[in-house]
Amino acid sequence: MNGRGHDPSQEGEERQGRRLPSLAALSERFGLLIAWALVTAIFGVLEPRTFLTQANFSTILGSQAVLVVLALGLLPPLTAGDYDLSIAAMLTLSAVTIAHLNVHLHWPIAIAIGVALITGAVVGMVNGLIMTVFEVDSLITTLGTGTVLSGVVLWITHSNTISGVSNTWVNLVVGARPLGVPLEFYYGLALAFLLWYVLEFTALGRRLLVVGRGRTVARLSGYHVPRLRVGAMVSSGIIGAGAGALYVGTLGGADPTSGLTFLLPAFAAAFLGATSIVPGRFNPWGTMVAVYFLVTGITGLVILGMESFVQDLFYGGALVIAVVLSQVARRRAQASS
Amino acid sequence: MEGELLNDHELQASPAPLRTSATVPVVEVRHLSKTFGGERALIDVHFSVLPGEIHGLVGENGSGKSTLIKVLAGFHVPERGSELLVDGRAVPLPLRPGQFRELGMAFVHQDLALIPSLTAAENLYLGELVASNRWWISWRAQQHRAAGTFRRYGLRIDPGAEVARLGQVERALLAIVRAAEEMRRARGTRGSGLLLLDEPTAFLPREGVDRLFALMRQIAAGGAGVVFVSHHLDEVLEVTDRVTVLRDGRVVATSLTAEVSHERLVEMIIGRRLEGVPRPEAGPIAGDGALMAAEGVTAGGLENCSLYVGRGEIVGVTGLVGSGFSELPYALFGARRARGTLALEGRRYDLGSLRPAQAVRVGIALVPADRLAAGSVADLSVVDNLSLQVFRQNGPWLDRGRLRREAGQLVRRFDVRPPDPDLTYQSLSGGNQQKVLLARWLRTAPRLLLLDEPTIGVDVGAREQIFDLIRETAASGVAVLCSSADHEQLAALCHRVYVVARGRIVAELRGDEVTEGRIAERCLIGSWTEGRSA
Repeated sequence: MNGRGHDPSQEGEERQGRRLPSLAALSERFGLLIAWALVTAIFGVLEPRTFLTQANFSTILGSQAVLVVLALGLLPPLTAGDYDLSIAAMLTLSAVTIAHLNVHLHWPIAIAIGVALITGAVVGMVNGLIMTVFEVDSLITTLGTGTVLSGVVLWITHSNTISGVSNTWVNLVVGARPLGVPLEFYYGLALAFLLWYVLEFTALGRRLLVVGRGRTVARLSGYHVPRLRVGAMVSSGIIGAGAGALYVGTLGGADPTSGLTFLLPAFAAAFLGATSIVPGRFNPWGTMVAVYFLVTGITGLVILGMESFVQDLFYGGALVIAVVLSQVARRRAQASS
Repeated sequence: MEGELLNDHELQASPAPLRTSATVPVVEVRHLSKTFGGERALIDVHFSVLPGEIHGLVGENGSGKSTLIKVLAGFHVPERGSELLVDGRAVPLPLRPGQFRELGMAFVHQDLALIPSLTAAENLYLGELVASNRWWISWRAQQHRAAGTFRRYGLRIDPGAEVARLGQVERALLAIVRAAEEMRRARGTRGSGLLLLDEPTAFLPREGVDRLFALMRQIAAGGAGVVFVSHHLDEVLEVTDRVTVLRDGRVVATSLTAEVSHERLVEMIIGRRLEGVPRPEAGPIAGDGALMAAEGVTAGGLENCSLYVGRGEIVGVTGLVGSGFSELPYALFGARRARGTLALEGRRYDLGSLRPAQAVRVGIALVPADRLAAGSVADLSVVDNLSLQVFRQNGPWLDRGRLRREAGQLVRRFDVRPPDPDLTYQSLSGGNQQKVLLARWLRTAPRLLLLDEPTIGVDVGAREQIFDLIRETAASGVAVLCSSADHEQLAALCHRVYVVARGRIVAELRGDEVTEGRIAERCLIGSWTEGRSA
């Protein structure tokens, strides 16, 4: 970042107005949406009978609500400049906690979910405090706490799957289907709305962004930086726990390991999402589009007869490509400014 | 090792004396033009550097200096018709990135490009390691070699010392030696090379600058051309043989340095006659008028400092680099671990527990020297940066339309150029970045304004505007404390100046005493007497 600002030769180019978004800017904003439409069209042509069915779309939209919520949960810490690698372990812990309390101890489902959400807040608080009080890097902190959580999960479950969770909750997650799409999709949508509002239209959202982009600046501007970072971690803990609750509702039970596989797809979606809609910023709509773009691609390929390894190729590749794209965009922005 | 340097120029065909017409410039550009989206940054520029000379390159920010340097570095593509000659031979333009190395050019930029966690020797051979494929590097032998190189340049730098632990001056010297060595390696026996120093002295204390000059003279004496870019005209006048002035993308003049005066140089740079510098009127007197009073401030290098600033007063604090004076604004803002008390309009705060958040709440504003890393968020827009304090207020909804309108008004009121609040902060020039930073704090109507080097990296024109802003702010009843190593700036701006030496306040200059000369003198005498008593 050193000395970039002193450059007088930049002035010339900056004088040109930038009111009307250029074609390049527009295609950057909506590129992912267009790619999604293209992928849909291609599979629609190749496999019209299985792919272009309402059931298939309903599955795509519904089945990935857990991933949508989890990826959205990453946005507050990412915006504040921190990583939460423990979020998938939090999802799993939340799922088995709910299942354990509800199935083994016969607690009412609402209370079980409440306990899980509170656990999420506590885990986020612990993460945040380790990061801010001891000034430990978030990556290391959450890698450690995430592994601890996974251990706790195996301890609670004795590595067994718990099934038979209250039908009331299952119905609330996947039972009702307004417009043919399971309810859980709308939960994800509502969360995206909430985050969009907070990140884009409130002072709190801007404070998080400033903390993420310039921690020293934020501190010298009088922001309570540790408070904001802890708050972001607490919210990701709670949202992670919420994703766990949806996961329990989707499966009707909980197993101790499958939730962990959501970690990479969630990061892939968050980073891919940051290249569109509001390019350069982690944003909820971009994230949601990214999740569905990835899932549509994977579903299509599986329908075409590819094996399930295609998932890993797709998610891993998407993460790398997303980061490369945002880097290219940043470099171009720097070169032109 | 010692012999190598000598051999290089013995082998030169004609060790021609400086400035004879027969001398072939090491680097010459002709008809150099460059346009950025309709804006002409360089217009038909002619610029040549002779072997053995130190050539000053001066001009305001935006005059085209940086563009010229970036063309030479292969970063910008010049327009058709531009020519570049190295040792009299034409080199096709544009240059490939990195090609400047093969041509025997070396650059030292203000940030020095050293890796703080590596040793001096490791930093010295960074470039060499890139090209080396050796499987075993004897670091002892390398250190030995580095020690030899440093000796050859007359430097006393411990090759095994971590760069983070070297002083600023040593770091600058190390960066220059590294560049000179790279240039020498690239050139071999083919010629003498060009060393371009882009504001290497900006962050150096005056006595460090002298050591830098000695090194530059030594390198030039070895036959290389040295280009010295600086805002400090006294330094340019002192060390250069010739000086080229750029203004609005054109070369105003290239002349022998001995033939231009300080005043003439300033006039060429700003393109108009000098007017008298307005002298500050006598400020309010101490005591009852004091808006801010600090007692027993101990922080970083500071020990038990007590000071006050009156309503409407601009007070300077200065000293030699390392004396601790630059810690003061941060300590009073709660941004550094500190002890002592701060009284603001009668209310007392313990500096041990004061935090920036509270400082802001009670009406203190801090404009840090490092605009891009500590002052503003470089990659956010001007609107966002102007609104940083507004984001501290909580409301259910952020009125972005209003923020943008207000930013537009601020941008016009503070004459930020270009007046477009949607630009990213980092795309503005240094002076305009500083105006944005001031605007953001002044919109909060602070009672105490703390400034750290308010015009560092700012061009002459914007500097005057910033001075005016600070004067107006003080006149409206705000107490201003300005920390700076720039004595000329303090003399032009301040009603009163505290001089710090070895962590203690050793002098307080007021009224007629506030002159550049007196400040410099007190800094030197102060550190001398403090040194003897300590």
